[in-house]
Amino acid sequence: MVENRPFTQFMAYLTLVIGVIIVAFPVYLAIMASTFDTATIINGNMPLTPGDQAGENYTRALFYGGKLAREPVSMMMMNSMIMALGIAFGKILISILSAYAVVYFKFPFRKTAFWVIFITLMLPVEVRIYPTYKIVADLGLLDTYTGLIMPLIASATGTLLFRQFFMTIPDELLEASKIDGAGAFRFFKDTLLPLSITTISALFVIQFIYGWNQYLWPLLITTKSSMQTIVIGIKKMITTTDALTEWQIAMTTAVLAMVPPVLVVIFMQRLFVKGLVETEK
Amino acid sequence: MAGVTLDTVRKIYAGNVEAVKGVSLGIEDGSFCVLVGPSGCGKSTLLRMIAGLETISGGDIKIGDRVVNQVEPADRDIAMVFQNYALYPHMSVYDNMAYGLKNRKTPKDEIDKRVKEAARILAIEPFLERKPRALSGGQRQRVAMGRAIVRKPQVFLFDEPLSNLDAKLRVQMRVEIKRLQKALGVTSVYVTHDQVEAMTLSDKLVVMSGGQIEQVGTPSEVYRRPETRFVATFIGSPPMNILPGKVEGPGRVSVGGQTISVTDMREGLSVGSAIEVGLRPEDVQAGGASGSSSISMDVDFVEELGATQLFHGKVAGTEFVVQASTGQIAADTRKLTLSIDPANVHLFDPQTTKRLGRD
Repeated sequence: MVENRPFTQFMAYLTLVIGVIIVAFPVYLAIMASTFDTATIINGNMPLTPGDQAGENYTRALFYGGKLAREPVSMMMMNSMIMALGIAFGKILISILSAYAVVYFKFPFRKTAFWVIFITLMLPVEVRIYPTYKIVADLGLLDTYTGLIMPLIASATGTLLFRQFFMTIPDELLEASKIDGAGAFRFFKDTLLPLSITTISALFVIQFIYGWNQYLWPLLITTKSSMQTIVIGIKKMITTTDALTEWQIAMTTAVLAMVPPVLVVIFMQRLFVKGLVETEK
Repeated sequence: MAGVTLDTVRKIYAGNVEAVKGVSLGIEDGSFCVLVGPSGCGKSTLLRMIAGLETISGGDIKIGDRVVNQVEPADRDIAMVFQNYALYPHMSVYDNMAYGLKNRKTPKDEIDKRVKEAARILAIEPFLERKPRALSGGQRQRVAMGRAIVRKPQVFLFDEPLSNLDAKLRVQMRVEIKRLQKALGVTSVYVTHDQVEAMTLSDKLVVMSGGQIEQVGTPSEVYRRPETRFVATFIGSPPMNILPGKVEGPGRVSVGGQTISVTDMREGLSVGSAIEVGLRPEDVQAGGASGSSSISMDVDFVEELGATQLFHGKVAGTEFVVQASTGQIAADTRKLTLSIDPANVHLFDPQTTKRLGRD
């Protein structure tokens, strides 16, 4: 047991505070930077208190875009949102169904199917990027939402998570359902799905953020600026060759890019934690 | 209502493990049949085959006049109560009971009527809106029974339903199950390893061992006239004492040189052949009595059970237990003379372990 002396408590809090400062300071800096004009930031003497350009910076970023990357951030956010939601829901759907099949149905090569899914854990997007690109290109899915979402949906992680959860559900529940006249689909819909809510939430949070933060894949398959996601937008804003980088707009965009994942985490935190630590039975 | 008929039912698992070895059994309409046996004897497998949760490797199972070998569990017109209740954790008590009826497309008002009725019978009306996790073990067990009752099935199947309850609640629920079954008159098959449950609940007691039926009968038949040594030692607590003996002549056997008269003894057993002599701890009396044979016992120690005492010791070198009312025998007794009523002696064949009684 840890002793509860004032000094040890003080040290514990101090450590925590230092940790929080290390993590939070860059974020604070970004938020501050989004409230000044270019000149103030560029001359290297940016104050740590808020400036007066916030309104203008956010309006410009959201609706007009930067000088170099002219796409409005609102459009990029919409693209990112569609992609992140598509990936999150797609992954949940695919993985809950495949876990259901692997756990509850007996079919030839069931073990093989499971291991094949398992092995894909070793093949992240980056490793299979060329063949995936080739397939998506051949299907004519470049510069489409389908092309952005589909290759990222297949998820061994989700399947494993659901499989582990399903295996903790007592067999008698399935048997009781059978006797109650529920077929395979009813059992899934009436029993398995309601019991999986917390696991689904946990997976949603993880996958939404994963989808939102995708960089390499959208960079490869989107060429039209109307399909650009926000992560790529930030990148485009800060790489300039012959003009001053509009740091305040880049920072504004970065702050805006943080908002949706933060909201998702805040609102789903309770379910998220529950889903990872507790199996409700 | 309908009875259940099993005809040489077999279950063979992968790897050629035979869990049920050709069981034939008729369960009359409206009767309470208990399958009892040690774990691994195939009793649960048999029940699950009747329910349709296990496939049948051989033989036929009939519910009423219908062979149900290939019928889905939901269409067999049965209801099952599980050991761990298997209530749907996310549904209220009401929905748990209504679920099966909803799946059968029963009209809403009919569902409501039946659920309320079952709740009234089981005294769980105050909990209808609660989730199972907010209930105690006994209440959950009642909900599980309610789920079975609302279906108005032909057959109730119970798979060790009381094993998860504490001792006091178990006795209480045992009585309730019995009363409920009598009131509803539904054919019931009940699996347990607890011989007290088996004895008290059953109209028809089926003792199983090693995937086979050892004996079928009323509880008192099984207790009074066990057909095999297994049944003799399984039913009854403390278990029956088995002593090695020899045939002395018609109606007479000897144990360690002491002669015992026997009423129920097969004729024509050759004199001097080995035989096993079974005596229930509660059937032997301390002290000599006229008209009965007697044997002597060396007492090792005494167990106090309150109303009764158990005297552990040896008769002719074999472990032996005597049950006596407290105070009947002094606790510091070291040597006992036991009188034996010839009607209470059970004889078994040492090879086949079958009873050697009159035909």
